[in-house]
Amino acid sequence: MGTRNKLKSLPLHLMLLPGVILTLVFSYIPIMGIVIAFQKFVPSKGIFHSKWIGFDNFRYMLDMPNFTSVVWNTIFIAVLKIIAGLVIPIIFALLLNEVSGALFKRTIQTTIYFPYFLSWVILGGILIDILSPSSGIVNQFLGMFGVKPIFFLGNDQWFPFTLVLTDTWKGFGYGTIVYLAALTGIDQSLYEAATVDGAGRWKQMLNVTLPGMLPIITLMTVLSLGNVLNAGFEQVFNLYSPMVYSTGDIIDTFVYRLGLVEAQYGVATAVGLFKSIISLFLIVISNKLANRYAGYRIF
Amino acid sequence: MHKLTASRRVFLIVNYILLSVTAIACILPLINVLAISFSSSSAAAAGYVKLWPVDFTIDSYKFALTKHEFLDGFLVSLKRVGLGYAISMVVSILIAYPLSKEKQVLRSRNIYAWFFIVTMLFHGGLIPTYMTIKSVGLLDSLWALVLPSTVSVFNVILLMNFFRELPKEIEEAANMDGSGHWRTLWSIYLPLSMPSVATITLFIVVFHWNSWFDGLIYMNSTTNYPLQSYLQTIIINVDPSTATTNDLLDMSAISDRTFKAAQVFLAAFPILIVYPFLQKYFMKGLVMGSVKG
Repeated sequence: MGTRNKLKSLPLHLMLLPGVILTLVFSYIPIMGIVIAFQKFVPSKGIFHSKWIGFDNFRYMLDMPNFTSVVWNTIFIAVLKIIAGLVIPIIFALLLNEVSGALFKRTIQTTIYFPYFLSWVILGGILIDILSPSSGIVNQFLGMFGVKPIFFLGNDQWFPFTLVLTDTWKGFGYGTIVYLAALTGIDQSLYEAATVDGAGRWKQMLNVTLPGMLPIITLMTVLSLGNVLNAGFEQVFNLYSPMVYSTGDIIDTFVYRLGLVEAQYGVATAVGLFKSIISLFLIVISNKLANRYAGYRIF
Repeated sequence: MHKLTASRRVFLIVNYILLSVTAIACILPLINVLAISFSSSSAAAAGYVKLWPVDFTIDSYKFALTKHEFLDGFLVSLKRVGLGYAISMVVSILIAYPLSKEKQVLRSRNIYAWFFIVTMLFHGGLIPTYMTIKSVGLLDSLWALVLPSTVSVFNVILLMNFFRELPKEIEEAANMDGSGHWRTLWSIYLPLSMPSVATITLFIVVFHWNSWFDGLIYMNSTTNYPLQSYLQTIIINVDPSTATTNDLLDMSAISDRTFKAAQVFLAAFPILIVYPFLQKYFMKGLVMGSVKG
């Protein structure tokens, strides 16, 4: 029985082989490369001959004057994005659910979902143009109400909020669809029962719709916890400039400049590792919470 | 149908207006930039263009399409999407099928599953990944854009869940008739899994078309840049020190603004074309992938 079973599963192992090899090379070797966070890494010497320096890179990282502000920016931007990314799609899905015309509903969904498919390079090109203080259409529009031109992408006060707003613009169509799908799964007889009991539309929403959506809302909230240190590299990288580093520089953009631009490989890896470990911790916690409150296990 | 109360009617009207305004706000920026791309450079520079082209012209498109960097980038992107899609799809299916089996069939199933899941949770990060690509000798090669992203655990999970829900009886029947795993996968599972294969197809194609950062860091020579990486350097990071005098002369003739707008639209064009078809599957895939559990 044992050998027969092995023979039967041999093709399955063969099927897995290419995926395993690719994952080993492109995921596990980089994970092992993390050791350079503990080295005074010199590319010409390589990983095996560079000097070990223990936690010096981490100490150096914590002493960097802008490190705290980078971590703070990351958390601030990410938390605002998470809140907006949860609340707005829920409201939008509820409003869209009240619409009875199928064609209207589909048109709206198609339209709001569209920016999601464009890359941050393309959206960056579009945003830089429309948000320009001199010729951008947004400032022209605001000008009609007597608002002075705002340099959304070049003013460090405005920049984080511009990031949150434009991120919501790109992503809320996606979220809306998830919540709409959850809405269609609610048992229709509950609404009939509520109507019989004399509940109006508003009462129905409070007592039937929202409780029905609660599992998916809890799930999405908990899952977003793992993203607290991801403020969106692609977006920030395409929209920021040295003018807004003080409020817009996040861990990932910081690592990019430190590592690939300034060639401080060891320190950059240490900063990246710091982020990975905290993120991993948050993901494990959120998985536990998701299991506890939403009965959902990602892994 | 019972009659609507007055307050309900007011709510519905306000709701329709609110939804329409938001939806329009989502695409107005794109329409504005499209209008700019078709306008004369002087009108665009003066900020006259709103939602309709002023002094309609296609000069900026002509210019973009004769620029060899743009065309090179377009070609690299096409190659990348084709090659990346083929490899990624095959490898994903070949991972998802064995993982969809019970532990009795594939005893080491959980070891494999964890092997892949770990990569979702923990990454080497930017620098170690870059150094791996470099030491494998992939810098400046199309493979650097294709191979590292081949295994998307998210796609694998989606496929695997789909495979699992196929009725066991069909597979057993095929097994009785002497069909091995390869044959069962090819002639039974795949034909039945077209909805999820289509969903993943779109995920992979859009991913590859939109990627730009890997091109930027792994390609030393700008002629190897995929379109989005090239656009990143020209639209987002205009570094005057790297622009040639020729570029600067070209720019002044066409106007930076209309030229950039045209390129943005040319790069978004393939997505625009497939979008109607795309979003139907994406919605399905999104629902399959997220409302589970």
